[in-house]
Amino acid sequence: MISFLYGIGIGLCILTLFVLYRGIFGPGVFNRIAAISAIGTKTLILLLIMGFIYNRADMFVDISMVYALLNFVGTLAAAKYLEMEK
Amino acid sequence: MSILHFFSILFLLGGLFFFITATAGLLRFPGFFTRLHATGKGDTLAVSLSLIGLAFYEGFTLSSLKILFIAVFMFLAQPTATHAISRAAIKSGLKPWMKKDEMT
Repeated sequence: MISFLYGIGIGLCILTLFVLYRGIFGPGVFNRIAAISAIGTKTLILLLIMGFIYNRADMFVDISMVYALLNFVGTLAAAKYLEMEK
Repeated sequence: MSILHFFSILFLLGGLFFFITATAGLLRFPGFFTRLHATGKGDTLAVSLSLIGLAFYEGFTLSSLKILFIAVFMFLAQPTATHAISRAAIKSGLKPWMKKDEMT
């Protein structure tokens, strides 16, 4: 079961590399924000998987809860800023 | 290999599948809004499935309850963030992608 979690984690890392391409070469700033938001959700799952691999689930669950909230607020702040900028 | 582990493998594989489709959508779609269309929905479902899978793996403890809370939160937060980004994009004058021959 643990090796299955390793597989899922490695799969998510490879997917993050693909999303990173969009983040770097994204034509505009909005593509980059969409890529960062996508990377944020993938990191959330990776964080939890690491927690289970090190079987310190309680600590990592709290960390990933905070990370989910911060990722959401960050995306909103970026959208709010870019809306004003003319 | 208890029944809980079986379900968690099932949900995690489903989550990984939708992550792959969302990433393919993010890379392959033509315009910004089509890409956001893919990642907004794809990632929401993928995160929810993966989190439910991890909650199954944990069994019935307090931390699995927190994981389910994160799943519910992400289910509400991701569409809101996607809406905020697309509204900002529309306001700053980003034109949605149109097929060339249907420029009505």
